[in-house]
Amino acid sequence: MSKVVVITSGKGGVGKTTTSANIATGLAQEGLKTVAIDFDVGLRNLDLVMGCERRVVYDFVNVIRGEAKLQQTLIKDKRVESLYVLPASQTRDKDALSAEGVGRVIEELKEMGFDYIICDSPAGIEKGAQMAMYFADEAIVVTNPEVSSVRDSDRVLGLLAAKTSRAELGGQPIRTHLLLTRYSPAMVKKGEMLSVGDVLELLGIPLLGVIPESKAVLQSSNKGTPAILDETTDVAQAYLDVVSRFVGQERQHRFIEEEKRGFLGRLFG
Amino acid sequence: MSFFDYFRKRPKSASLAKDRLSIIVARERAGGSRNDRADYLPQLQQELLAVIARYEKIDISNVVVSLDRHGGSEVLELNITLPEGSQPPASGSPRPSFA
Repeated sequence: MSKVVVITSGKGGVGKTTTSANIATGLAQEGLKTVAIDFDVGLRNLDLVMGCERRVVYDFVNVIRGEAKLQQTLIKDKRVESLYVLPASQTRDKDALSAEGVGRVIEELKEMGFDYIICDSPAGIEKGAQMAMYFADEAIVVTNPEVSSVRDSDRVLGLLAAKTSRAELGGQPIRTHLLLTRYSPAMVKKGEMLSVGDVLELLGIPLLGVIPESKAVLQSSNKGTPAILDETTDVAQAYLDVVSRFVGQERQHRFIEEEKRGFLGRLFG
Repeated sequence: MSFFDYFRKRPKSASLAKDRLSIIVARERAGGSRNDRADYLPQLQQELLAVIARYEKIDISNVVVSLDRHGGSEVLELNITLPEGSQPPASGSPRPSFA
């Protein structure tokens, strides 16, 4: 059975595209056939983060308009078997995504046997964001421990509960998960950053994982290689845990407490 | 930072953030951001005012419509303050015409 998962947040710059790239890559590494769809029409970026920008020929809007076939539009990843990217269009036409068209493409992806369809939402709560969440079975709400991000996440949770196919048809509500990114345990300890507990209390949805603030995120997007592929970094470890939890395995939460460093570590760190 | 500031306990910014968020999130949820069914409240207020204005001279600030939540149920509260010294409309006062 295919699962449609939206990666959303409301606020921009919190790590939706990074998370989409890493979770899609991680799921594919588990042998699950996965596609990541970029819903950010006009501001395509998932292709860059995934390192396949030079292989884009057709895009999501071409498929919706019947100008290209889905098979010829999907970009197959060169590093991980069973991983595909469906790039966004660079058109400035805001109404390029229709519920009917998006639904048709998602249906076709399901027929092609994809296990996971990851929808990378644009920022905001306009059409693109609404289309990205409309057909979702599950939602990963990416939040930074910061006031505007938490507030926007709460607003998005409201939309997930009201303006989606499941909400309108009266089915099971969308399963929501919190992913806290850019977390700095040292700042939390000093009382300068909202803690995991604070955010959980405010938003009231289960925690999928915590991704620590790290240089590795920028370095991986510089290279166009999702961070999860370099297992030596803390970010990769955190995303590997997230993927395992997402497919139902137990993993202890890490990166919540400040790393204990020895005397020498402190001297040379 | 002076030497003595070091000993003074100041509120940490994270707890300020949490307090501010608790208030705004609660208010927005009550105001319908998690529940878009209550979108009609401002319009309801306008229409009520239009009806009342046919009988009484009344200011918009005297008509308050609010939606509260108590446990699992919602309470629609309607508060209309009539102007002082107002009297029930005698016959001949403005009424909707049925001509």
